[in-house]
Amino acid sequence: MADTPKIRLRDVHKRFGPKTVLDGVDLDVGRAESMVIIGGSGSGKSVTLKCILGLIHPDKGAIEIDGQPTVDLAAREREQVNARIGMLFQGSALFDSLKVWENVAFGLVQGRGISRADAKPVAIQTLGQVGLGPEVGELNPAELSGGMQKRVALARAIAAKPEIIFFDEPTTGLDPIMADVINDLIVACVRRLGATAVSITHDLASARKIADRIAMIYKGRIIWQGSVKEIDNSGNPYVDQFIHGRAEGPIKMDVFRP
Amino acid sequence: MNPLAPIGRVILTFLQAVGAISGFAFQAIRHLVTPPWYFGLIGRQMMSIGYFSLPVVGLTALFTGMVLALQIYEGSSRFNAESTVAAIVVVGLTRELGPVLAGLMLAGRVGAAIAAEVGTMRVTEQIDALTTLSTNPFKYLVVPRVLAGTVTLPALVLVADIIGVFGGYLVSTQKLGFNPATYLQNTVDYLETNDVVSGLVKAGVFGFIVALMGCYHGYHSKGGAQGVGRATTNAVVSASILILIANYFVTEAFFGTK
Ligand SMILES: Nc1ncnc2c1ncn2[C@@H]1O[C@H](COP(=O)(O)OP(=O)(O)O)[C@@H](O)[C@H]1O
Ligand SMILES: [Mg+2]
Repeated sequence: MADTPKIRLRDVHKRFGPKTVLDGVDLDVGRAESMVIIGGSGSGKSVTLKCILGLIHPDKGAIEIDGQPTVDLAAREREQVNARIGMLFQGSALFDSLKVWENVAFGLVQGRGISRADAKPVAIQTLGQVGLGPEVGELNPAELSGGMQKRVALARAIAAKPEIIFFDEPTTGLDPIMADVINDLIVACVRRLGATAVSITHDLASARKIADRIAMIYKGRIIWQGSVKEIDNSGNPYVDQFIHGRAEGPIKMDVFRP
Repeated sequence: MNPLAPIGRVILTFLQAVGAISGFAFQAIRHLVTPPWYFGLIGRQMMSIGYFSLPVVGLTALFTGMVLALQIYEGSSRFNAESTVAAIVVVGLTRELGPVLAGLMLAGRVGAAIAAEVGTMRVTEQIDALTTLSTNPFKYLVVPRVLAGTVTLPALVLVADIIGVFGGYLVSTQKLGFNPATYLQNTVDYLETNDVVSGLVKAGVFGFIVALMGCYHGYHSKGGAQGVGRATTNAVVSASILILIANYFVTEAFFGTK
């Protein structure tokens, strides 16, 4: 590839105690590309994102954003890198002590020093982009349904117009219709911002809708990657088993069979 | 099995904890003295840690002063030394019982609340979310609480001293038949500046300990609701023990043989 990828991971390792979670992850995500990582629960998908964000320090390996190594950045530089990244957390992770609009405006007010008065209209407008009216902005996160919380979390992730957005299981726990609404919102938001997106999911319908490219992680490694069209004819038995949701196959779940 | 192994393990775990807590305290202080500061949050924490602890601390001081007067009268009347009641009440309260009891009450009321709140933020990924929104969790969560604990406990103890002395006065004059004017005169005569100052220094140290332990255990909690519960217990227990240990060393520094 001629130009440097937006995000590049090389041989990233991470273990927690005796448990190896990432065992040499290699991944390139191109500029303005939407990459979806699929894989079973506990296969290290969230840990991969947290390594890129600097929330978890990898034991070994290199991570670059725009060609700049990020693993051992000082706190100040890390903040500058993270200011260009938005993240939608698996459990939404809304601040329950703040109102909805304050959540959405958080990165603008605390991170960028914009005044609350100036940030509020931006927050309300961003809520509009995810289909929530201004009256929702005055509620507390605890008063919202799971689907609405996800949308607020999406609004918070995009409010500061990041260049890179991470989505950690954006549709898990939602009904199929709300899941599709979230998928559409993600596609629209990413396109509007021209952002590079990395999403995690084990929902194939969601992956097909969001992705330009799909990578599958298994046992701490990327075992396959390709475009959306290729996934049905990947010729990879692991991918086949995963997309057809079969219990039988090369992927062994740790299920005790007496 | 080597019989020394368990002992070594305990010692290692202990040293590890001491190291981790010292590192945490060092980080908290480093962020405390460097901008940005969140003054709004500091004010809010002062209200919830200081002001709202007034009833608990005040009641504790009132009854402690009352009991002290009863007990000392009982004991000293055997030697016809009843006139020492006022002196012992005021010195005992300002030097020891005021700061120690207020510190222990604060550990129960505030240390637990801080650990639960910060711990919940940890396990719901809200602390990770702070980082991705370009906000340093130490500056946003730890500094306001530690600062509020350190400056409000001395203020609380000052009030507690006055209430406690008043409790002793009440019992002495209403129940034990002391002359009010003489009692107050004795109180003022026996009290030295150093009694109050040492008590306030203790209070500052204890307030720091309570808030720090709450933040430390909350910040490092893991594993859902159970983990938060464990963090809360650990915060209260470790703060209480550290208060009693620190109490000895501050006393030694002020009143140890010169
Ligand atoms: N902070 C941590 N400490 C210890 N183990 C962790 C931590 N974070 C994740 N793990 C473990 O790493 C494995 C992968 O986790 P994760 O990346 O969250 O899985 P998923 O692919 O479902 O997102 C899990 O077994 C989890 O228990
Ligand atoms: Mg996950």
